[in-house]
Amino acid sequence: MKNRSLVSIDDFSTEEILRILDLTEEFEKQPTQKLLEGKVIATLFFEPSTRTRLSFESAISRLGGKIVGFSDALNSSVSKGETLNDTILTVNNYCDLIVMRHPIEGSARYASEIASVPVINAGDGANQHPTQTLLDLYSIRKTQGTLDNLNIFMVGDLKYGRTVHSLMMAMSRWNTTFNFISPEELRMPDEFKLYLDNLGLKYYEHNDFTDIISRADIIYMTRVQKERFSDPIEYEKVKNVYVLRNSMLKNTKPNMKILHPLPRVNEIHQDVDSNPKAYYFEQALNGVYTRQAIVCSLLGIK
Amino acid sequence: MKEPKQLSVSAIQNGTVIDHVPAKNLFKVIQILGLDKIENQITFGTNLESKKLGRKAIIKISGVFFEDEDINRIALVAPDAKLNIIKDYEVVEKKVVEVPDIIVGIAKCMNPKCITNFEPVTTRFKVVSKKNVSLKCHYCEKITDQENLEII
Repeated sequence: MKNRSLVSIDDFSTEEILRILDLTEEFEKQPTQKLLEGKVIATLFFEPSTRTRLSFESAISRLGGKIVGFSDALNSSVSKGETLNDTILTVNNYCDLIVMRHPIEGSARYASEIASVPVINAGDGANQHPTQTLLDLYSIRKTQGTLDNLNIFMVGDLKYGRTVHSLMMAMSRWNTTFNFISPEELRMPDEFKLYLDNLGLKYYEHNDFTDIISRADIIYMTRVQKERFSDPIEYEKVKNVYVLRNSMLKNTKPNMKILHPLPRVNEIHQDVDSNPKAYYFEQALNGVYTRQAIVCSLLGIK
Repeated sequence: MKEPKQLSVSAIQNGTVIDHVPAKNLFKVIQILGLDKIENQITFGTNLESKKLGRKAIIKISGVFFEDEDINRIALVAPDAKLNIIKDYEVVEKKVVEVPDIIVGIAKCMNPKCITNFEPVTTRFKVVSKKNVSLKCHYCEKITDQENLEII
């Protein structure tokens, strides 16, 4: 995978994804190593995303790499009107790899075509965020022992949720059964359902999940955002339907884990946090190891 | 009154005739094929009557023979176009256009948040459906369908 970029999860074959997950396992055992000594990595955040940036910077720092970059376009040459083309052509002289977050869709693919060093997409608008998908896959495999034949519940905003779309596409490689739980207005878009139809994978759509929760291996929660609703009354009607509470977890499978890309607002009640089935903070930690694995693979170090 | 039988666009000796071009897209076809930048003799007629298209255009280009790859680029604006290859005033070959698998340039991505609408990036699409043309942007990965198709 040396000198390749990671823009979309589809850029990697199933074999390559599994190789990243195996490597992540190695980094989890030994997260502090001198593998990136002498390497400079640029983190270009054209829009703020503290969580993702800190995760990358922690991953790189623990491996002895140095970081240059910015956390907000306001503090960079972009505010002076520089094009992305020029920013990338300049920055790629200063570093061995670029991590980029940008509000415009397709910007990461474009940057990867201009840059002479590998580019990792840390989110391009509503399009892709492949390192999130890989850390989700890692969390699923780690907690379930496999990626095959699982029953995945996706809850909340399935229409605009970038992470659920990418995870759904990725998990469709392993004979997954999907349960989509969302308000009518935020249903999984047809193009993704068509994709599953073509693969012959099973999926079910529900408005509520209290009766079926016992079937889940993974519950992937997302935030239902008020601003997604054209009718505020619709939001008021559904806002409490998609909140997970500890009392709902009584009859769930022993292996079941709850995932969330974070930040959480109120969709997982705090009383769930102490339940051993709550996995979202460990999931965030897995993100550091996953990013170590990705950076080292693309630099050809591992 | 008896009408004289004559061609509305005169014949060429050697070259290519592109017929059944929708009249409204004549100049787009000219632009896509770069006909405005070549030295060859070109004659065209537009707003000619057509049973199939209502109003059609026809272009006759002297001394030019297109590669399939080049001519297929007009498929988005002239899907029913028919080509006659002329040698010595005779039609020696007929061709139809085919929507290619990849479309570079030509079309605009309909996603207002796509990088191609912010920076001077050449657009690039994978054709996901040829019948009702549907294009997937190489950059933002969103679909532009026939209804929203805009030629650059």
